[in-house]
Amino acid sequence: MDFEPSDDQRLLVESVTRMLSDTYSFAQRKGYQALPEGYSPAVWAQFAEQGLLGLPFAEEYGGFGGTPQEVMLVMQAFGRVLVLEPFLPTVVLCGTALNVAGSDDQKSALIPAIAEGSLKMAFAHGERQARYDLTDVITTAKRGGNGWVLDGSKTVVSHGEAADKIIVSARTSGDRHDADGITLFLVDASAPGLARRGYVSRDDTRAADISLSNVSVSDADVIGGVGKGLAVIRRVVDAGIAATAGETVGAMEAMNEMTLEYSKTRVQFGQPIGTYQVVQHRMADMFMAQEQGRSMAILATMSVDNPDEAQRAHDMAMAKVGIGQAGRYVSQSAVQMHGGIGMTEEYAVGHYFRRCMVMERLFGDPAYYLNKLAAEVG
Amino acid sequence: MDLRFTPEELAFREEVRAFIRDNLPADTRDRMKLGHPPRKEDTVRWQRILNAKGWGAYSWPKEWGGPGWTAIQKMIFLEENLMAPAPELLSFNITMLGPVLIQFGTEAQKSRYLPRAANLDDWWCQGFSEPGAGSDLASLKTAAKRDGDHYVVNGQKIWTSTAHNADWCFLLVRTDPNARKRQEGISFLLVDMKTPGITVRPIISIDGSHHLNEVFFDDVRVPVENRVHTENKGWDVAKYLLGNERTGIARLGKSRERVTAAVSMAKEVNFGGQPLVQDQVFRQRVAQLQVDMKALEITQYRVVSAYDKAKGAGKPDPLSSVLKVKGTELLQATTELAVDVSGPMATPIWAQELEALNEPDDMLEASSAGTGAYLMLRAASIYGGTNEIQKNILTKAVLGL
Repeated sequence: MDFEPSDDQRLLVESVTRMLSDTYSFAQRKGYQALPEGYSPAVWAQFAEQGLLGLPFAEEYGGFGGTPQEVMLVMQAFGRVLVLEPFLPTVVLCGTALNVAGSDDQKSALIPAIAEGSLKMAFAHGERQARYDLTDVITTAKRGGNGWVLDGSKTVVSHGEAADKIIVSARTSGDRHDADGITLFLVDASAPGLARRGYVSRDDTRAADISLSNVSVSDADVIGGVGKGLAVIRRVVDAGIAATAGETVGAMEAMNEMTLEYSKTRVQFGQPIGTYQVVQHRMADMFMAQEQGRSMAILATMSVDNPDEAQRAHDMAMAKVGIGQAGRYVSQSAVQMHGGIGMTEEYAVGHYFRRCMVMERLFGDPAYYLNKLAAEVG
Repeated sequence: MDLRFTPEELAFREEVRAFIRDNLPADTRDRMKLGHPPRKEDTVRWQRILNAKGWGAYSWPKEWGGPGWTAIQKMIFLEENLMAPAPELLSFNITMLGPVLIQFGTEAQKSRYLPRAANLDDWWCQGFSEPGAGSDLASLKTAAKRDGDHYVVNGQKIWTSTAHNADWCFLLVRTDPNARKRQEGISFLLVDMKTPGITVRPIISIDGSHHLNEVFFDDVRVPVENRVHTENKGWDVAKYLLGNERTGIARLGKSRERVTAAVSMAKEVNFGGQPLVQDQVFRQRVAQLQVDMKALEITQYRVVSAYDKAKGAGKPDPLSSVLKVKGTELLQATTELAVDVSGPMATPIWAQELEALNEPDDMLEASSAGTGAYLMLRAASIYGGTNEIQKNILTKAVLGL
């Protein structure tokens, strides 16, 4: 066991942090948020330039050959400034689907384009009735056209509007809750019959509901085998859990730093509120939650590639519960410690609060995973 | 960054587990499985078995009879020992006195005391707290005045765990009442408990056990050669000792062992017509504890692995305060779980009366022992620096306030 980042990892964090300190002040972020995309295409291009968009991909496809640990470190840096760009759906979610299940042709066509910043992707799996149940898929894919025809709808697809290509899950066989019979398809966002309804999410990013009506795809667009989608979806979700765990750690660090700074400058009853022990102990509790949460992000990171599926599911569930609870505690406390100013849209802390709230729900919330863990007791 | 155990670390865990399984005396194991604390003879016997194996002074350098383990190995060893469950190594001897003598002791002190401490030939106790010096330890008043080649000690210590078992005591005394700062007039002495003038009075804890004591010193003569480190520099020794105490402080293996025992009892007890273990609220509570234990386990490995990297040279990691707070919260939460599983059986005290009235009744005996642990471990957030003091430490060390 060795928790220290390597020299290369340290350099990576330094260069990402330096770039973000130039591009991602809270005021700059507000500007990006106001753009039509809801993020900055210029910053996205800088991510590409720095090699970040190729981070988890093999070098033969123009990638950086990074491990989950590097993803965690970068996500932590992103979490500190609340990056708005579609890194999670493009690089982490769709990237994982391609890495674990993409054909050679799919990889050679898509990964270099992702890495150079010209291709943005979204992962459209969730459906309204499914809540967090990964097997609950109603959208169908039937034989027809030049391969398959998709019908159905997907909800709260992160950056669904910005995506050039979308990975869509659909049922090719079986009933609504069956584990078998789910297939992943690569769909062009401009495909006839695909419609997107975009909106702003609570975390300032954009999401979309996507409807599919008679959307035609070919056999070459199947990712990972017909009916074999669930195992891939699980890998994608686990990668998402690990990445957002890292992002939550970064967000908690930022909130704790902001709170500490505020406690030194905000004067009440003639002295900075940070001199009051009740405030100090709350901040000590927030620090402890951050560190216990960091341990859970590490757990997720070291488990995300575990080929033992049952063990991986168990560890990811543990991590998801722990990081979600930590993020909730720190963000609620950060607003409380700031008092009135923490309630305002103009101040940063509330934006961190909302991003943590959203991340807590991505891929399943603590109650959902605690329930899974509870089923193992005995 | 490599977040997995190495094959060597995994093999080491197997080796430790197998040794404990094959060598822990059966009567000790049976008592402890029921949740009883070890008796004095259990602790002494197990310490000697481990010492014969070369593991008794598990945290000491090889030169002084330690196995020369890495911090990760030490942690694995402690966790396996707790989960067995086996008696804990006597912390006064192994994690407190030993490292202090190795760091500050004279050669004569080391050769005289260390081997006997490792083999538990001497049982040590810690004379730190006083009626007026608890969390505020530096306000201690017990006085030591020089008289030729002796100190004459007068005063009172309190909360002295196992003083009634002890052969020796390491003692903080005030040698300079006029020092500019309170911390500057303190010295660290080694005192033979048989010295005339020492009186030990039991304090019975809320679990009914005799663990704590008051110790009175009335003109107790201690040879000057029994002082560790420079006169009036005892606070440095105490700080070093308390920093060292931290690494195993979470006692996570104990919490794990308590949860395992509680789940196993929950299979036997009825809750609304089904075994309690089937109840969803109970299962979620166990799952939550497992999540919290997992987070602490990783935090603990982060602390010890950083310690290894720094070759133990660094100052105590402020994260060790997180281990203390979260570890003791878990000790309390897991014993609370056990009491709740016992339900009405949690209330009878399993002692002579009840033993005489009943056939052997493991469930009742384990319930009583579990309640004892629950009551005793209310102390966990008080001893070793209260959890509130730990938050003060974090405030200073991490927040810089």
